[in-house]
Amino acid sequence: MSEIFGVPTQALFGQLLIGLINGSFYALLSLGLAVIFGLLNIINFTHGAQYMMGAFVAYFLAHKAGLGYWWALVIVPLAVGATGMVIERLMLSRLYKLDHLYGLLLTFGLALIIEGSFRHQFGSAGLPYSMPEDLTGAFNLGFMFLPKYRAWVIGSSLVICLGTWFMIERTKLGAYLRAATENPSLVQAFGVNVPRMITLTYGFGVGLAALAGVFAAPIYQVAPQMGSSLIIVVFAVVVIGGMGSILGSVITGFGLGVVEGLTKVFYPEASNTVIFVIMAIVLMIRPQGLFGQR
Amino acid sequence: MNFKMKALAAAAALALSVGVAQAQISGNVVKIGILTDMSSLYADLSGQGSVLAAKMAIEDFKAKEKGLNVEVVFADHQNKADVGSQIANKWYDSEGVDVIVDTPNSGVALAVNQITKDKGKVFINSGAASSDLTGKACSPNTIHWTYDTWMLANGTGKAIVKTGGDTWFFITADYAFGHALERDTEAVVIKNGGKVLGKVRAPINTQDFSSFLLQAQSSKAKIIGLANAGGDTVNSIKQASEFGIVKGGQNLAGLLVFLTDVHGLGLEKAQGLIFTETFYWDLNDNTRAFTKRFAAGNGGKYPTMVQAGVYAGVLHYLKAVSALKSDDGTKVVAKMKEMPTDDPLFGKGAIRADGRKIHPAYLVEVKKPSESKGPYDYYKIRATIPAEEAFRPIDQGDCPLVAKK
Repeated sequence: MSEIFGVPTQALFGQLLIGLINGSFYALLSLGLAVIFGLLNIINFTHGAQYMMGAFVAYFLAHKAGLGYWWALVIVPLAVGATGMVIERLMLSRLYKLDHLYGLLLTFGLALIIEGSFRHQFGSAGLPYSMPEDLTGAFNLGFMFLPKYRAWVIGSSLVICLGTWFMIERTKLGAYLRAATENPSLVQAFGVNVPRMITLTYGFGVGLAALAGVFAAPIYQVAPQMGSSLIIVVFAVVVIGGMGSILGSVITGFGLGVVEGLTKVFYPEASNTVIFVIMAIVLMIRPQGLFGQR
Repeated sequence: MNFKMKALAAAAALALSVGVAQAQISGNVVKIGILTDMSSLYADLSGQGSVLAAKMAIEDFKAKEKGLNVEVVFADHQNKADVGSQIANKWYDSEGVDVIVDTPNSGVALAVNQITKDKGKVFINSGAASSDLTGKACSPNTIHWTYDTWMLANGTGKAIVKTGGDTWFFITADYAFGHALERDTEAVVIKNGGKVLGKVRAPINTQDFSSFLLQAQSSKAKIIGLANAGGDTVNSIKQASEFGIVKGGQNLAGLLVFLTDVHGLGLEKAQGLIFTETFYWDLNDNTRAFTKRFAAGNGGKYPTMVQAGVYAGVLHYLKAVSALKSDDGTKVVAKMKEMPTDDPLFGKGAIRADGRKIHPAYLVEVKKPSESKGPYDYYKIRATIPAEEAFRPIDQGDCPLVAKK
């Protein structure tokens, strides 16, 4: 068997693929963050908690209402997105005129409160969520055993990421959104309801986080701290990609997933720091991020 | 002159009384500090449940009626050794804490072990696993109550190698605990004729284990040893089933699994796992009675062996304090070692010179969903390992306290 740096090529392919799968979670989450930051100028620290809420709502749907995974994919983003819109209307909308820091503090505080109450209610060991019947089992790719569910996650996350990018950068609705962030009063003068559009955008970003939560529920334990361990990495992804750059966050998400996957093979001890090392280097050389504009 | 004499006498009396009071119970209150994980991966298996267990021990000891004023404080060490040390120092120096209890996470526990020794207080550890606490880091001020890595390795490792699982691959939590558990298990595997094919060190609190599992899969080892705990173990087991590891003929050995982990995984995923515990709620009438009371105060959650150990450790500590009529750390620990232990959860036992509490251990197997009668009816006891065999022989731990003898 051929080898690269002492690791069999076959094993390496497997690791690359796994990196891509983890990258698809990073991409989905950082996409939502980038949309919210790009269009609302809010650094949404509640994102991890909203991802966690997505997983929990999926669990409740399955165990209290008998609605399975496929229903959850539709209902959860809508439900959690709606809570997001309430937060935006009641709290965030009051902060747009202030410095970024206020939005950051508010969302960070909210995240702590949400996580704390879930932990109080459900404990930290988490709850089991089983995989949908249709997606159990695995494909044998020769070089590795690819669980069907992971293939589904990677595929759907790609579709969603590209779809979002297309909607914002290539459609009329997206053009309104972008215009509204540049000059809200002018766009409003054309008869577009800007505040409502911003509320919907925040709801959409939160819905993406909740959707990622549903994707995660069958793989990871549905636990209150599942978001906080991911959110810091995702913020690093957004910073590396360039704050507010949508395509940048998607590409960086997948790319860093792969880098992290490879680190797990060559030097596993560093696998949860490698992303921050990259972040530090990027910030030194290109402070606006890889895809950001100055 | 007369006035001066009186003042002098009063001052002397005062000094004497303060002196006497200090020799007895400092500040007239026995203050128990529960230093534990309140917010992260070990919060369910210790956390608030440990605080409750300590309070139950005080209640059952009838401290008030015996004229002993006992108080409980608690804090979250966040699984960081620096945070844990800071709290321990503050508690001992300025808040009059006499004993620190529980402290899961071996990294934090080893730090608190040293601080407690330097300050001559008491450390009753239940939550941490590293066998170094009674080995090369042993201290005249520390008692390790519930379990340790040597005991887990000896119980689970031996049983698995003997039933044919003779090639191993370790997925190890990358800190003091994981390293100790891996080391102790590897020794057992090799001693019983097995072989270790490889190992990988995963950072604590990792979400995705698939990369490590894939490495384990390609090692072709018969047994994948999970030298991790809490949420890390749960995630590894969950994801192993996704990658068809067990279907592919390899088996998982959860080296440290708690009741709360099985509850979180669900029997569907956890069935068939074999591991070692020193306490299970359904052992006898005493453990069942305790569990009923405990669950009522803990939102219906049943106690883990760590929480049981906190209860038993605090109970024994109070007995020693009451017998000595003093809370002087070093003396109390000496007394605790001298007195035989007896409590409703672990039965009769003893504490050795190196600080190791010994009691029987149980090799358990997780029931199939069809065998379970309901929530928390999870274990079948496959074997009972007698107290004398369950823990590392006292002369093999390199504990300086023993070597001196």
